[in-house]
Amino acid sequence: MLSNIGFALVISILILSFIIIYTASLDLKTSSRFITKNIYQLSLFQTTFTALSFFTLIIGFVNSDFSLINVYENSHTTKPFFYKIAGTWGNHEGSLLLWVNILVIFSYLFLIFNHTHDKKFRLYTLIFQNILILGFVFFLLLNSNPFDSIYPIPLEGLGLNPILQDPALAIHPPLLYVGFVGCSIYFSAAMASLLSAYGGRLFAQSIKSWVKVSWCFQTLGILVGSIWAYYELGWGGFWFWDPVENASLLPWFAITALMHSLIVLEKRNTLYYWVIILCLSTFILSVTGTFLVRSGILNSVHTFASDPSRGIYILSFLSIMIFSALIIFFLKHKKENYNFTLKSRETFILANNWFMVFFLVTVLIGMLYPIFLDVLTNVKISVGPPYFNIVIIPLVVPLMFLMAIGPKFGWIKSQKILLYKTLFLILGAVVINLFIYFFFGKYSFLSNIVFIAAIFLILHSLLDFKKFINVKKKFEIPRVISHLGFGLLVFFIGINHQFSLEEDFNLKVGETKKTNNYEINFESIKIKKSKNYKAVIGSFKLTNLKNNLEEYLNPEIRIYSNPETLTYEAAIKTKINSDLYLTMSNISRSDYYNIKFQNKPFMIWIWISALIIVLGGFVQLSLKKNED
Amino acid sequence: MKINISKIIIFSFVIFCLFVFQKGLKIDNSYDTKSLIGNKISKFQLSEINIHDLYISEEDLKKNKFTLINFFASWCAPCRAEHKYLVKLSSENNEIKIIGINFKDKKDNAINFLKELGNPYNFVGKDLDGKISIVFGVYGIPESIIVNSDLTIIKKIIGPIDQIQYNEILSTIQ
Repeated sequence: MLSNIGFALVISILILSFIIIYTASLDLKTSSRFITKNIYQLSLFQTTFTALSFFTLIIGFVNSDFSLINVYENSHTTKPFFYKIAGTWGNHEGSLLLWVNILVIFSYLFLIFNHTHDKKFRLYTLIFQNILILGFVFFLLLNSNPFDSIYPIPLEGLGLNPILQDPALAIHPPLLYVGFVGCSIYFSAAMASLLSAYGGRLFAQSIKSWVKVSWCFQTLGILVGSIWAYYELGWGGFWFWDPVENASLLPWFAITALMHSLIVLEKRNTLYYWVIILCLSTFILSVTGTFLVRSGILNSVHTFASDPSRGIYILSFLSIMIFSALIIFFLKHKKENYNFTLKSRETFILANNWFMVFFLVTVLIGMLYPIFLDVLTNVKISVGPPYFNIVIIPLVVPLMFLMAIGPKFGWIKSQKILLYKTLFLILGAVVINLFIYFFFGKYSFLSNIVFIAAIFLILHSLLDFKKFINVKKKFEIPRVISHLGFGLLVFFIGINHQFSLEEDFNLKVGETKKTNNYEINFESIKIKKSKNYKAVIGSFKLTNLKNNLEEYLNPEIRIYSNPETLTYEAAIKTKINSDLYLTMSNISRSDYYNIKFQNKPFMIWIWISALIIVLGGFVQLSLKKNED
Repeated sequence: MKINISKIIIFSFVIFCLFVFQKGLKIDNSYDTKSLIGNKISKFQLSEINIHDLYISEEDLKKNKFTLINFFASWCAPCRAEHKYLVKLSSENNEIKIIGINFKDKKDNAINFLKELGNPYNFVGKDLDGKISIVFGVYGIPESIIVNSDLTIIKKIIGPIDQIQYNEILSTIQ
C-alpha cells in the first residue's frame, strides 16, 4: 500500500518537473514583468508532493512496514522509535529521497523569496533546478527506489548498523544535505545568471542568503560528524583525513571562498566570473563527493552497499553537469577588468580565496591521487594525516594573520593601518605563548608559530568585537564572531594535540593501574540487557593523584543482535578543561580487558569553537532578516 | 566559443578525471586476502627489532621447509590470546620456522610483550609504520601466513589462532 502511494508521489514530482520546465519556457517569451501564477502553484504542488513522499517513507519506517525492501533491509521492530525515523535517511535510497526533497524545497523557496529580482533570471533558475530534480528523480526511480516492495512480506527486518544508531549521526545527514544539496540552488542561479545576463551586484544579492544558509549547515554537519567520530569510533580522535571527510571538506572550501568573494561582488560589482566559477564548482564538488562515496570507489562507513550501476548513473549525470556548466560559462565569459589597489580590502578577500583554493587543491590531490594510482597502475597507497598536516598547517599561520588584519582595510583605498596596535597584539600573543610553553610543556617551533598566530587572531577579534559593539556597527559583528571561532579552533586543536595523554594496558576486575597522574581501578563488571542489545559495562574508578579527585567511568561493550555486531562505547567524562576518555575491549578467552585511557585537554572547546564559527553565520542571517 | 589552449587543457583534464572515475567503478574493491593463497610472496626486507643492521629477506625463507609469518603488536588484545599457540608450535614442531612482524608498535612494549608471554619467533622484524605488512596483504592483526620453501602462500589465518586453527596448521605442514 505504502509502496504504491510513495511511487505515485514520486511519479507526480517527475511529471510536475516536466510541466514546470515547459510552463517556465513559455513564460520566458511573454512580455509581462511578472511570473505567471501557474508556476507558483505548480511549484507549491511539487513541494507538497515531495514532502508527502518523504513522510510516507517515514511512516513505513515507524510502522516497520517490511513490505518495503528498504525498510526490511534497514530497520527492525525492536529499534527505538527515534532511530526508526533516523533510519529513513540512514540508507542510500532514503537519503536520495531526502536529497530530492531539499532540491525541490529550495527551488520553491528561491522562487518566492527572490520576487524582487529579474523575471528571466528567476525562470532560468527554476528551469535548471528542475533539470537537476529530474536527474535525481530518474535516478531514484530507475535505480534506487525507496518504495520498491517485496513479496512475501518478511516478518522481521535486518536492522540498522549499530554504529549508526546514535543521536549525532541521526542529525548528521540532514544537516549535511541541507548544506551540500542547498548548493544546487546557486548552481542553477549561476547558470541562469549567465544565460539571462543578470549579473553583478543584483546576482550577488539574490544568492547571498542561500550561500550563507548552506555554509552554516555544511559547517554544522561536518562538526556533528566529527563529534560522532570522537565518541563512537572509540579512538579518541576527531578528524582522520579519511577520504570521505575530505570529500565533505572540498565543497566547504569552495563555499567559504564564495561567501567571501560575494562581498566583493556585492560591494564593488567586480569578480563576477570568479563568483560564478565558485557557485558552479561548489555543487559540482558536492556531487563528485557523493559519487565517490556512493559508488564504492572510496570505502568507508559512509559506503552503503555499493552498486556499480549506481556509480555509472551519478557519473553520467555529473559529466553532463560539468560539461554544460563549462560550455555555458565559456560561451558567456567576457574579460573583466580588475582595478584594486594592493592594500584594499578586496585584495585581502582575494587572498582568502587563494588560501581556500590552495587548501581545496591540496585535499583534492590527497584524495584523488590514490584513486588515480590504483586505477592506472594498480598500486594501492593511502594518503594520510602526515601529508595534510605538512602541507596545510604552515599555511594556516599567514591565513590567521590575514583574517585578523585583512578586514581592517577599507574598501579600495585603505586608511592608515594601526601598525602599533598590530605589533602590540603580536607581542601579547608571543608572551601568552611563552607562558604556555614554559609552564605547561615544550613543543616544536612550528607549533609555537601556530599558537602565536592563533592567539593573535583571538585577541584581535576580541578587541574588534568590543569596538563594534560600542560603535554599534552590527554588520561587522558576524565576521568577527566567525573569525574568533576559527582562531579558537586552531588554538584548542593545537593545545589538545600537544598535551593529550594516552595509556594502553590490560587489566582484569579488581586490579589497579597507576599512570603518571592517575590511578585507575577496575572495580567491577556487570551485564545489562537493553531493547536491541546486550551490554557489558565496566566500572572504573579514576583517582587524580594530584588533587585526589575521584571520577567514575563506565565504558561498555555492546553486543547488538540485529545485525549481530560488537561495538565499543567509550566512557567520556567531559569537563570544562579536559575530557577523560576510557574504552575497554575484551580479550578472547581471557579475564583481561584491554583498556585505553586518554586525557584530552580542552576537548569541549574544540566543539564550542566550531559552533562559534557557525554562530557567526547564523547571526549574519538574523541581521539580514531584521534589516528587511 | 573561441577555442584556446586554456580551454583545451580544462576540457582534457575534466575528461581525464571522468575517465578515471569510470575505470575506477570497475575495480573490485572488496579486498579479500584469502585469494592470495597460491600466490608467491613479494620481495621484502625486514630489519630485526633489536639489532638495527640485521636483515631478513624472502631469500632467507627459501631455506626453511615451512615458514609461518605472524603479524602482532603489544597493543593488540587478540594477539595476546593467540600467543600461547605460537609458543606451543615453536616448541613442539621443528618443521616450521616462525617469523614475527611487529606491526605499528613501540619497541619497548613489544620486547616486554615477548618477555612476558615467551618468544616463539626465530626472527622478530619491525614494521613501525605498517608498510611492510601491506606488502603481505595484511589489513588487520593478528594475521598469519604460512609459506613453503618456494615462497608460495599455502595458508592464511585471519584473526587469532585458536585450537582449531592450530590443528589445521599441523595438518597443513604434514
